[in-house]
Amino acid sequence: MITLKSLHKSYVTGNNSLHVLKGISLEIEKGEMVSVMGASGSGKSTLLNVLGILDNYDSGEYYLNGMLIRDINETKAAQLRNRTIGFVFQSFNLISFKNALENVALPLYYQGVPRRKRNQIAMEYLDRVGLKDWWTHLPSELSGGQKQRIAIARSLIGKPKVILADEPTGALDSVTSMEVMDLLQEINDTGITIIIVTHEHDIAMRTQRSIKLKDGVIETILYHKSTYKAVSSF
Amino acid sequence: MFDLDKWQEIFSTINKNRMRTFLTGFSVAWGIFMLIILLGSGKGLQNGIDAQFRQDAVNMIQFGSGTTSKTYKGLQAGREIRFTNEDYEFLRKSIDGLDKVSSRYFMWQNRVISYKSEYGVFDLISAHPDYIDIENATLTEGRFLNQIDIQKRRKVVAIGEPVRKALFKNGKSPIGEYIKLNNIPFQVVGVFTDKNERDATRVYLPISTAQMISGGADRVHSFAVTSNLSAAESEVLEKNIRTKFAERHRFDKDDQNAMWMWNTLKEYKKFSNLFLGIQIFVSIIGAFTIIAGIVGVSNIMIIVVNERTKEIGIRKAIGATPLSVVSMILFEAVLITGLAGYIGLVLGVGVLSLVSSILPQNDFFQNPQVDFTIALVSTLVLILAGTLAGLMPALRASRIRPVVALRDE
Repeated sequence: MITLKSLHKSYVTGNNSLHVLKGISLEIEKGEMVSVMGASGSGKSTLLNVLGILDNYDSGEYYLNGMLIRDINETKAAQLRNRTIGFVFQSFNLISFKNALENVALPLYYQGVPRRKRNQIAMEYLDRVGLKDWWTHLPSELSGGQKQRIAIARSLIGKPKVILADEPTGALDSVTSMEVMDLLQEINDTGITIIIVTHEHDIAMRTQRSIKLKDGVIETILYHKSTYKAVSSF
Repeated sequence: MFDLDKWQEIFSTINKNRMRTFLTGFSVAWGIFMLIILLGSGKGLQNGIDAQFRQDAVNMIQFGSGTTSKTYKGLQAGREIRFTNEDYEFLRKSIDGLDKVSSRYFMWQNRVISYKSEYGVFDLISAHPDYIDIENATLTEGRFLNQIDIQKRRKVVAIGEPVRKALFKNGKSPIGEYIKLNNIPFQVVGVFTDKNERDATRVYLPISTAQMISGGADRVHSFAVTSNLSAAESEVLEKNIRTKFAERHRFDKDDQNAMWMWNTLKEYKKFSNLFLGIQIFVSIIGAFTIIAGIVGVSNIMIIVVNERTKEIGIRKAIGATPLSVVSMILFEAVLITGLAGYIGLVLGVGVLSLVSSILPQNDFFQNPQVDFTIALVSTLVLILAGTLAGLMPALRASRIRPVVALRDE
C-alpha cells in the first residue's frame, strides 16, 4: 500500500536548512495498522504530512497504492487526498460553523456528490460512530471524544484506502482514548490501512507494529503481534 | 458555472457567519448609499439653480436707455438717450433673429390698485402681448393683452394670481370686473401665474395705454426680446442691437451708460460653468467614495481570508482543489457585495425620493435625483472591485499549504 525508498526532506528557513527526514525506507502492507513513535522533532509529523501528500519531499521515492507520488500539482494532490486518504487530527479540525452532519459530508461535496445523497451517506457514517442523534450539533457543543468520532466518520466517508491519524488521542482522556482506538481497530478490521502517529505506548501497543523514529531515521521497528514476522533490516 | 450545490455551500457559509457577512456588506452598502446621496444632492443643487433660470425665458435680452458718458461726433457727454415707439418698430423690422419683442414704459405713479373696498400695492408693468412669453408666465384664466388693446389703447389689465387673491376675496372670477389704477377703471381680461413669486404679483397693461394715461407720448424706457439662438449667436445679436441703436441714437457703441443691456443667456452660460464645476467636484468626491469603498472591501476580504486560514486548510486536507477554494471565496465576495450594493442603491434612491417629497420648495435645492445609469455603473464598479479585492486573498488562500494551516498552535 505504501512504499518509501530513502526519503529525504529538509526545511529551509532563511540560511538555515533543517534536515528532518534523513533517508526513510519503509513498506506498509494493505490492511496494516501501524504506529509511528518518536520524540518531538524526530520527524514523525513531517513523515505523516509527506504520506498524506500535504507536504512534498526532496529526494527518494514514495509509492501510494502503487503510484509514484512526486511533483504532482495541488489539484491532483487534492483529488488523491479526497479519494485515497482519510485524516484524523489531534485537534479534530472540524469546521466550527458546520454541524456534525455537514462536517462528515464535506469530503463528498468535493467528490461532487449531490447534497441529499451525501447527507444520507453522512448520516450512515454518523450512525456507525454512534453519533446519529447528535447530527445537528456544532463541534463546540460536543465533547472531545465525540468530536474525534465525527472526525473519524469524516475521514471514512470518502472510502479511503489509508487513514492517517496524527495523535488521535492526544487531546482525550484514557477511557475515551481507548474508545477511539476501538473504533479505529474496527475500521482496520474492514481492511483499511491505518497509520497512527503517537507518543503514548499503550496506543502504540494496540497496533501491529511500531516504527520508532529518532533524528529523522528509523531507529527500531517493534512487532506487537506474533502473526507478523520481522522484515529484513534496513 | 451555475452549480446549485456550490451556491448552497456558499449560502450556508454566509448564513453561519452573519457578523462577517454583515460587516463586508455594510461597507459596500454604505459606499453605494453615500455615493447615491452625493450624486443626488449635486443634481438637486443643479435642478434648483436651473429652475431659477427657467422662471424667465433663458434666452432673453433686456436693454434700456441711459445717459451718455462719452462724447460722440461732437456731441457732449451727459446727454439723455430717449427710445420711442419707432425704436420698437425698428427692432421688429431691422434686427434678425428675434423671436418675441416687447417694449416697456416705466410708470412712476402711485401703484395702489383697488377693487371695491379691497386694495393693494402691486408692480405695474406696461408691455406688449409678447411679454407673457418673455416672462415665461402662464395664463390661468381669460386672455393676455393683445394687439388690438395696444392699437385702441384699451384700459385693460392682466393680473397675477396673488393680485387676484388679494383683491377678489369672495372667489368670484375677476374676468370682466373693473379695478381702479390711480382712480382710472381698468377691465380685467386675464389672470396668470409666474414661477417667480415677485414676477407674479404684477399687473400688466398695454404700453400704449400707459403712455397715454401718464402723458408719456411715444416714450419707451426699455425693451425685452427673446431669440432661439445659441449663447455665441446671442452675443452677436447683443452686439448687433447695440451697434444699430448706437447709430440711430448717435452714441458711442462702447458707451455702456448710454444703453444698458442684460443678456440672460450669457448669465445662464456662467451658471452652466458653475454647474460643470459642481459636477466635476461631485464626481471627484464620488470617485473617492468608491475608492474608499474598494479599500474597505479589500481590507475586510483580507481579514476574512486570514480568519478562514484553518478552515481552508481543513477543506484542502479533505480534498478541496485550489480552484474550488478560489471560487468559494470569490463567489462569496460577489454575492455579498452584489446584494449589499443593491441594498445601498435602493436605500439611497429611497432616501432621495423621501427628501424630495418632504423638503419644502426651495430656490436652491430641488428634486434631488440620481442618474440611474451612473448609479448602476458605480454599483457594478464596486461589485467588480469587491470581486478583485476578494481575488487576491483568494489566490493566496488557495496556495495555503494545509500543513501550515493545520499546525497546532
